[in-house]
Amino acid sequence: MIAAAIAIAGGAICLAIALTLYRLAVGPDATDRVLALDTLVIETIALIVLGGIAYGTAMYFEAALLFAMVGFVTTVAFCKFLLRGNVIE
Amino acid sequence: MYPFLEALVAALILIGAFFLLVGALGLARLPDMMRRLHGPTKATTLGIGALLIASMVYFAAVRGSFSIHELLITLFLFLTAPVSAHMLAKAHILRARAERDRLPATGTATGWATLDSGHPKGE
Repeated sequence: MIAAAIAIAGGAICLAIALTLYRLAVGPDATDRVLALDTLVIETIALIVLGGIAYGTAMYFEAALLFAMVGFVTTVAFCKFLLRGNVIE
Repeated sequence: MYPFLEALVAALILIGAFFLLVGALGLARLPDMMRRLHGPTKATTLGIGALLIASMVYFAAVRGSFSIHELLITLFLFLTAPVSAHMLAKAHILRARAERDRLPATGTATGWATLDSGHPKGE
């Protein structure tokens, strides 16, 4: 039952990533693209956690935690650059 | 592993994937930036939250050991999602001229923090 749920969820997350990549390519303004990148990080974390359940290993959680931290710092750096034209003043 | 726990884990995985898909659909389909901003928040809170609870229940049932890692990821995401959404909204207000004209008056001596920061524009 869990294997079937993982297969369906994997397909749904891949579809979500495709939709996010569409917004990343189309997005009329830079802020739309930053938002799409932020969402891609969230979806990648979901895929990593799903892989952890599928392979039965707890090793992937460090990777997911790192992705969460780096994704947040990336989003803030991009927004800072859009707001001030500089990341570290 | 009990059938009840197995069904619970499968249901939580499906709920998480559903909300991730809803968030991405909102990001792709909603008409303007301020409305698009709130689509992915569903993916962050409900989607990732349900998936992490699923993995917590799964590893607690399979290995019999309660792990705190998933709670760390949830806590970190819940703390950082509002901050990044706020930064994105500020950047959007600064960049979109049409959006600035639609902002209501603040009702105080100081204006909107993004636009009234005391620094010249384009610095």
